[in-house]
Amino acid sequence: MNSMMITVYILLGAGAVCIGSQAPLAAADLLIPATHRAPGQTPVQRGKKVYEQTCMPCHQVDASGVPGMNPPLRKSPYVGGHSARLIGIVLQGLNDGVEIAGDTYSNPMPAFSTVLKDGEIADVLSYLRSHFGNKAGPISLAQVSRIRQILKNK
Amino acid sequence: MKKSIFYATAVIVMIAGSNLIYPALAGQPGKYPKHPDRAYAGHPPGTSLKLPTGFKVQVVADGLGASRHLTVARQGLIYVKLAKLKKGNGIIVLEDLNGDGKADKETGFGNYTGTGIYTKDGWLYASSNTDIYRYRLNERGEVIDTARAERIVTGLLDRHEHNSKSIVLDNKGFIYVNIGAYSNACQVQDRTKGSPGMNPCPILDSAGGIWQFRADKQDQSYGEGVHYATGLRNVVGLDWSQQLDQLFVMQHGRDQLFQLDPDLFNAKQGAELPAETLYALHKGDNAGWPYVYYDPFQKKKILAPEYGGDGKKTAGENAIDPLVAFPGHMAPDGLLFYTGKMFPEKYRNGAFIAFHGSWNRAPEKQKGYFVVFQPFANGKPAGNWEIFADNFAGTDTITSPAEALHRPCGLAQGPDGALYVSDDVKGTIYKITYDGK
Ligand code: HEC
Repeated sequence: MNSMMITVYILLGAGAVCIGSQAPLAAADLLIPATHRAPGQTPVQRGKKVYEQTCMPCHQVDASGVPGMNPPLRKSPYVGGHSARLIGIVLQGLNDGVEIAGDTYSNPMPAFSTVLKDGEIADVLSYLRSHFGNKAGPISLAQVSRIRQILKNK
Repeated sequence: MKKSIFYATAVIVMIAGSNLIYPALAGQPGKYPKHPDRAYAGHPPGTSLKLPTGFKVQVVADGLGASRHLTVARQGLIYVKLAKLKKGNGIIVLEDLNGDGKADKETGFGNYTGTGIYTKDGWLYASSNTDIYRYRLNERGEVIDTARAERIVTGLLDRHEHNSKSIVLDNKGFIYVNIGAYSNACQVQDRTKGSPGMNPCPILDSAGGIWQFRADKQDQSYGEGVHYATGLRNVVGLDWSQQLDQLFVMQHGRDQLFQLDPDLFNAKQGAELPAETLYALHKGDNAGWPYVYYDPFQKKKILAPEYGGDGKKTAGENAIDPLVAFPGHMAPDGLLFYTGKMFPEKYRNGAFIAFHGSWNRAPEKQKGYFVVFQPFANGKPAGNWEIFADNFAGTDTITSPAEALHRPCGLAQGPDGALYVSDDVKGTIYKITYDGK
């Protein structure tokens, strides 16, 4: 983990607990205005679309990843784990050589802060957290915007 | 999910059966002999490697893990370089004591992971992702003192992406190593849509090419090496042609034309462009990365979109052309010029290439996962390449690489002319022989 991510944790720890993954989300948090999201009916449909266009080339159709290059997103401790860390990975990318189940991955994960809107990130992460063997609550637009703000102010 | 459980069961059953040699049945009519319901190590029943008639395959060893390149000493000992330590060892030594093709003895040494391994004139050379070591061999081809690794090159760049260091030696005491570019297309932000290409590309100073070092000098750094060739995004398969006394390399072409530039390329073009390319190198050559990529349909070097290209504009007038262009993204990880006498005449001085298999062709199905043969005549490619050993994956349709049971990576020739192939999924080592039957 790089220092920026650690800072995010510290900031979260110091008062911003409400956006942690355990915090219950109000239904309104999940309503993403049309201007902030990809086309599609439900968050899952939209998230699937973002996944297929943006993440699938590397993480693969079934989220099984590419051995040695791109990690799987199936049953991923990162996908199912702390929301701030997860959102941070998508916004900032990752080139740490994460170790998952004893394997490391050599490709870099690009940053998507300039490529995806906050709503698209919320949708794709909510989709991932409820698919491919991941079981975690959805991510809201507000959570993504919050992390983007924290990272920007750094 | 179900599938992988099934395969795992199949593997266990086969290992438990302790019968790890499954000779291919050849001799039936047709280019590829039909195989009976017979299992190969790690393959579900009913599948095996597919080979041209007259060739047979044996499993030398299995379960070594991430077996990258391999080399066979003149006396027949097999050395395999691992990308993941097995019981603390990064180099595995396989010995066939009774000559039945199957390894009876497995030992290991070298507590570092990596890809490159090569034997030459009484020395074993092996690389980590930053250094190159060598070990003295005795007259039986054994490492005399596994604890005494002589570090000949140190401090090569490893920034995760394309960090493997393949090695080969010439006949004049030089060793060649690829240093892959830590980037896809030298964008300011790697693999990020909308990010422009850096001009000039600063990566080329220390990576994206081949470096030449002395094989017998300790602790050489970049400064003591010769920047032998540039403009090569990433090379894993490379070999020294004894016939031409020249270095040949296979480049992994760039990824993600469609994802990074959907206005210029559709998904199918993204899957098929650019070609994976074979180059014959001279000192000082430039193969053009990142400014150009090779389009196998237009048969031209095309200006990369990150540098103002539109899929049609050509560029790279000073860059060399490939000798052979293969379909995109198949990931050539092993290259070997065959010099043996066991295989029929047509194979002599031709090139075998191990294609690890693509990940970057979705939504098209993935491609590769086989070893091909490119015929050569008079030192030049002659005729079309053909699939030589197929079905490493154990299935015809691979949508994502994790489905592949095996992925061919390294190639080596035994003293008897047999061809050895390593697989870096399960660590199966195959020996392919020819008896014409
Ligand atoms: C260019 C290839 C690429 C693309 C496109 C990509 N990733 Fe990644 N991703 C990676 C790599 C490589 C890593 C591991 C990086 C490392 O080890 O430092 C990674 C790591 C991750 C991780 C943490 C590790 C894990 O296995 O859970 C998550 C979560 C993730 N990516 C989600 C996404 C999402 C969501 C998208 C689409 C918005 C995406 N990725 C697009 C290559 C990619």
